[in-house]
Amino acid sequence: MAHGWEMQHDDSVIVIGQDVGANGGVFRATAGLQARFGKDRVQDTPLAEATIAGMSVGLATHGVKPVAEIQFMGFLYPALDQIVNHMSRMRYRTRGRLTCPVVIRTPHGGGIHAPEHHSESTETMLCHIPGIRVVCPSSPARAYGLLLAAIRDPDPVIFLEPVRLYRAMRQEVNDDGQALPLDHCFILREGSDVTIVTWGAMIIETLRAVDELESLGVSAEVIDAATLSPIDGESILSSVAKTGRLVIVHEAARNVGVGAEIAALVAEHGLYDLHAPIQRVAGFDTVMPLFRLEHDYIPSTQRIVDAVRLTLAD
Amino acid sequence: MPVAEFKIEYKQILDPKGNIVAPLPKFAADVGDVVRMYQAMTRVRVFDAKAVNLQRTGQLGTYPSSLGHEAAHVGVGAAMRPEDVLAPVYREFGTQLWRGVTMTEILLYWGGDERGNDFAVPRQDFAWCVPIATQTLHAAGAAMAFKLRKEPRCALAYIGDGGTSEGAFYEALNLAGARALPVVFVIVNNGWAISVPVAAQTAARTLAQKAVAAGIPGVQVDGNDVFAVREVVGEALATARRGGGPCLIEALTYRLSDHTTSDDASRYRDSREVAEAWALEPLIRVREYLRKAGAWTELWEQALLQDSAREVDAAVAEYLNTAKPSTDAMFDFLFAELPLHLREQRATARKYGAKPSGH
Repeated sequence: MAHGWEMQHDDSVIVIGQDVGANGGVFRATAGLQARFGKDRVQDTPLAEATIAGMSVGLATHGVKPVAEIQFMGFLYPALDQIVNHMSRMRYRTRGRLTCPVVIRTPHGGGIHAPEHHSESTETMLCHIPGIRVVCPSSPARAYGLLLAAIRDPDPVIFLEPVRLYRAMRQEVNDDGQALPLDHCFILREGSDVTIVTWGAMIIETLRAVDELESLGVSAEVIDAATLSPIDGESILSSVAKTGRLVIVHEAARNVGVGAEIAALVAEHGLYDLHAPIQRVAGFDTVMPLFRLEHDYIPSTQRIVDAVRLTLAD
Repeated sequence: MPVAEFKIEYKQILDPKGNIVAPLPKFAADVGDVVRMYQAMTRVRVFDAKAVNLQRTGQLGTYPSSLGHEAAHVGVGAAMRPEDVLAPVYREFGTQLWRGVTMTEILLYWGGDERGNDFAVPRQDFAWCVPIATQTLHAAGAAMAFKLRKEPRCALAYIGDGGTSEGAFYEALNLAGARALPVVFVIVNNGWAISVPVAAQTAARTLAQKAVAAGIPGVQVDGNDVFAVREVVGEALATARRGGGPCLIEALTYRLSDHTTSDDASRYRDSREVAEAWALEPLIRVREYLRKAGAWTELWEQALLQDSAREVDAAVAEYLNTAKPSTDAMFDFLFAELPLHLREQRATARKYGAKPSGH
């Protein structure tokens, strides 16, 4: 829907990727676009991710704004050379002469019984790359507003789409062309005892945990980080200043995860606001298992509840 | 004046109706050998239908049907030696079953359990490769290992038509050619990479000619003709085994099914095209050949189908009776020895996980 709005209002926007045309994308995200905008503006590429990212660099530096789809996050890696060595630093190394307003959309995370390499959440690798934004919406409405913002942004954005939300969440979205701000997190619930920062599909377990905590008399503030790089540290710090406790929840592996960056930020700038050590609830530092064990990998509601209670223990 | 030119040969031995259109290969002298290939093709087709059905009834994950690929897959299996190494994509069940992978192992993997990758036989083969084209380089590397140790073994990598668009494919061809490695690449060109037809992948008239730039032979074969596939792959392996270098073979077939059970090909593919492809499907011609040779009757066919169904049912029962792995399985085999922080995480997983769940 956001694709459609922006293609309607900006002739320079095109959609490229594998199976985005007649098939409308394997998750149907581009369904109907080719019929509406034609085969020049909605193009199936050859089956080659380096091609998709590399041609995006060429297109974007020359006046065409690609919204590219990589079919699954596990297939992103052949594109990384182009993203790290060219897309992310084009503006920097040419001193602003050439720029790369590209959006790369890719599914994110597990939980839908998908085959191997279809369930990864490796955003931390991307957040480490200077010069790109990494965005991960937590609902259809936020996906709409953030995708519009990503397409309108003058710099490259990697847009991670949580697959569990494709399936789990139905929501009416106003197709009004209203973008949401990048580089800002969103407060989903206000609370006073503890701050929980999360993003993407982990919103599901987090909100369940918060409901459970509420019945135990615990008031949790929930922050949807939304833009993972650069992260909105200011909002997180002011929330922690209010609650004095921080729990970070993500599906991705814990080791060097985005949660570690958030924890470091609060340790540097908000340590004296904390009443208890920061807790991280994350995926394990192992390979995302095949799907019979994927729900044992993805952090559970109970793990979040227990982590919050740990911060509240005297 | 031209400084380089090329031509691509096309090989077919049995036409779609089972007529012999080229000299019969040596193996055809033993009708028992042909019967074994026909049995294998039938067996994998019965297995395939059951696997699709298991997915439809929620007892298997996403599954990539091999319907229509039986000749290509069984022909390759029959041409390889047991000590060779196979680097599959994810659809070549006919080759794997021929080489000793079990139906239960296939179901375990596609049912979301890594134990399916731990083939009892053949231990040396690579597991399924879902990332595209990466396996071609693994095969080239394995072939280099054989060459370094002077072993008379070959590696064989599969790739799909879509996969030939990936850089890794060209890198593998290039390396194999430059080092004269004992490796054979088989492109199973089934016409479609999910929704994208071959003509949208490349302007090349054949995929076999991708070999030309790597300086290695390229040949096209009727991938629905098990005789031709086995013959051409067998010759390529024999050449590679005696130090003659690699080969690229394009097997022309057709994906009679959806890409996987998650796909709906009716969104992008004309049903008339599929109906026409059914007339060329690979079992018909072998059946006709065997009938003419007095080795096929309707009664025998029924018995074969029943035997295959019994074998499949036994594998399905074994698969469905395999208990969910414990949460420890997420940590087992990550390293030879598990580091401390992962031992702690394993304890956390034990505490919160281990809920039994069905397939």
